[in-house]
Amino acid sequence: MALAGRRTGPGEGNGRRTVRTEAQFLKCENSACNKTLFVKEVQKHNYCCPACGHHFRVSSRERVQITIDSGTWTELFDELEPMDVLNFQGKKSYQQSLKEGRQKSGEKEAVICGACKVKGIETVFCAMDFKYIGASMGSVVGEKIARAIEYATAKGWPIVIVCCSGGARMQEGVLSLMQMAKTSAALQRHNEAGLAYIAVLTDPTLAGVSASYAFLADVIVAEPKAMIGFTGARVLEQAIKVKLPPGFQESEFLLKHGQLDMVVPRAQIRSTLGKLLTYATAGGARKMQDAAKAPRSRLEFAKAPAQAAASVTGNGQAAPKKKAARRKPAAKKRAAKARAGR
Amino acid sequence: MAATLPLTTYYLPFEEKLKQVEEQIRKLEELSVTNALDVREEVESLCAKREDCLRKIYEQLTPWDRIQVARHVQRPQTMDYVDRICSEFLELHGDRAFADDRAIVSGFATIDGVRVMLIGQHKGRDVYERSQCNFGMPQPEGYRKALWKFKLAEKYGLPVLFIIDTKGAAAAIEAEERGQSQAIAYNLMVLSGLKVPIVCVVIGEGGSGGALGIGVGDRFLMQEYAYFSVIAPEGCASILWRDASKFAEAAKAMRITAPEIKQLGIADEIIGEPLGGAHRDPDAAANMLKDAVARNFRELLQIPIDRLLEERYKKLRSIGAWLENGAKQGSAAGA
Repeated sequence: MALAGRRTGPGEGNGRRTVRTEAQFLKCENSACNKTLFVKEVQKHNYCCPACGHHFRVSSRERVQITIDSGTWTELFDELEPMDVLNFQGKKSYQQSLKEGRQKSGEKEAVICGACKVKGIETVFCAMDFKYIGASMGSVVGEKIARAIEYATAKGWPIVIVCCSGGARMQEGVLSLMQMAKTSAALQRHNEAGLAYIAVLTDPTLAGVSASYAFLADVIVAEPKAMIGFTGARVLEQAIKVKLPPGFQESEFLLKHGQLDMVVPRAQIRSTLGKLLTYATAGGARKMQDAAKAPRSRLEFAKAPAQAAASVTGNGQAAPKKKAARRKPAAKKRAAKARAGR
Repeated sequence: MAATLPLTTYYLPFEEKLKQVEEQIRKLEELSVTNALDVREEVESLCAKREDCLRKIYEQLTPWDRIQVARHVQRPQTMDYVDRICSEFLELHGDRAFADDRAIVSGFATIDGVRVMLIGQHKGRDVYERSQCNFGMPQPEGYRKALWKFKLAEKYGLPVLFIIDTKGAAAAIEAEERGQSQAIAYNLMVLSGLKVPIVCVVIGEGGSGGALGIGVGDRFLMQEYAYFSVIAPEGCASILWRDASKFAEAAKAMRITAPEIKQLGIADEIIGEPLGGAHRDPDAAANMLKDAVARNFRELLQIPIDRLLEERYKKLRSIGAWLENGAKQGSAAGA
């Protein structure tokens, strides 16, 4: 969110926050509204315009603060930092971009991950920060997200990722592209374990992030009027040379086309997540898995007399034992299938 | 007079010298026919000159030159290779939901005795094919068609061969409406756990998520002049340089050529091409491709599937380069 009073100017460095007197007010970014707003008032409204409901972009810390149960945050994988492996020299060097990203956001990278509680439910939570090079996904973002997912899998916890990204980070070349595969692979295992993943898509969620973990969630929630898509509107307009219809790629457009589960205003995101996580962890999934396991034991029991008969008529005692051993993996497979088909 | 020269009629900007020599050869051969002259000696010496010239040019290609080779209009495409490397190909169509995306070709194939599911991107070789194939840029239904087919391969226990050649996934209003992101993302997730061996080969352009959507597997091979990139160099230039004409710089900076991708720990193997690129001798290129693909499948088929999946996961998980408590980590940390 472009709150002037909380912004650290490029020249001021050291991550020190300077408070300016003019920072008490800001203009609503929605051109139709354009009202002058009192900063504190905006903050109170979850960084939304009290007049028109426009959602300002929020930093990853602000996101954590307005979403999770206060005092439950334990940050994870904070020790990871980006490196300029390609020695990328563009109009601006990657080193320079990283430095600016750190200054603008006050973070080491474009995502923060942590273990916390949301409405009392233990979960892994990740939030991305647009001020850090457009929240683009490089090796560190991919690695942190993948580790967070693996952490959730190990703990048997759900995971919530608040997405926001311009896409893959070009300055890390194809390494950033491969983070799409990395995060998806981690999610595959989390999913296989029957654990819940809820994504909150915020403005903007595009390209590399959208075509990987953002759209792999069990339930996809989006904030109103967030720009979400594979090819960003500007690039798309250039490519097809057609004026795009108003509202194209906004949350409501995606909802209409069946790409999202729900569009939820920021003020209700926390309570919505609480409800969703309750359904996801209430034991429904566990019970299903237990049910899948139960018939296996019954089945084995049912087959026992046949085995006994075989051992009487068969050549020896070794053969039926082998059969029983062979049956077990098959039963496991069935259970896995039941879980996957859930 | 194609007896001495390959049928390359389209020259790249850096092949000017070669063009002159080849034109000389063609003229000489024409003269020999019309005037019944014996020009064999002259032609032979010119051919030696031509080969020398070709070698020199292709030894010093810049990254941008290589991309032009990868995009060469006469470069063999998926169907060209299917014709040459498969002793049998049974095409399977459609995504069972919306359409049959012609940008993706799929079917049962036999390569050097190995039965596989072949899924590839095809750009189209003439105007009609190109319009049918959307220039090799798949729509969401294309990725869902691929999904359907590789799930089928898993059911039948057939290894999967992906042939990648795309500028990228389709950029279109209808692609967004039908969930291009979801289609690609879902493929990435399913492929990372698909219980059959997977070999991916980039034969030309490996453009971004569009390539990756059928590009996750156990082996990642690239032809010598193929490239693999997070974004087209033109796109990168217009975003990071704010000037689309800086594509050559962008191509260099992003390190997208096959040798560089191998260096970054992503490509496992580079498949050689005939001198001057695959388009100068598609048969030879196909043979090299076939050998590499069949060899990789034979190796992968020896590995128990649990171990294969574990190795696939480990490989995907290690890709990248980062600092952890100040120490360099990740597959490309030393690159």
